[in-house]
Amino acid sequence: MTKSQLIEAVAGRLESVSKKDVEVIVDTIFSCMTEALTRDERIEIRGFGSFVSKIRESREGRNPKTGEKVFVPRKRTPFFTVGKELKERVNSVEGNK
Amino acid sequence: MAMTKANIVEEVYKKVGFSKSQAAEIVETVFETMKETLEKGEKLKISGFGNFTPRDKKTRIGRNPKTGEAIEISARRVVTFKASPVLKAKMNEKAP
Repeated sequence: MTKSQLIEAVAGRLESVSKKDVEVIVDTIFSCMTEALTRDERIEIRGFGSFVSKIRESREGRNPKTGEKVFVPRKRTPFFTVGKELKERVNSVEGNK
Repeated sequence: MAMTKANIVEEVYKKVGFSKSQAAEIVETVFETMKETLEKGEKLKISGFGNFTPRDKKTRIGRNPKTGEAIEISARRVVTFKASPVLKAKMNEKAP
């Protein structure tokens, strides 16, 4: 499912809300989350999961193709931890196991 | 302070002409739809943010790190997240 399909699906469930409004809201949700991570702020969506920004220290890497040494700079990376409800629901469907 | 669903609802409320309870309902429906998609085993691709992928894990032998005891970890379906290059770039606009 893509973002535009998510917008369609949500609009389909909420008859009183236009697709245009759902689009603005979905974009607001993800831009809020992006901004929080940019500020190094944790995000906790109960039942869905949490996101944290972690620092990856700089390191001496290698280009796997040429074997050449490259410097990989220090950078921020987002990490996602699945929430309890989503974890259980994803794993509960018969035939998944 | 962590950002919660309440903070997101607040931002949505400021942006659109809905009441706070309507904004909360819509935000809730967005996350519920996302959960249902992943529950069905379907991948969720949010362009500019990242992809959530359900993955099937086979049974494997793990170890209790405290006791060293070998235990079987049952087959399961998990969700993984891979950040979009756009998100990673935004997070690194200011030097970390």
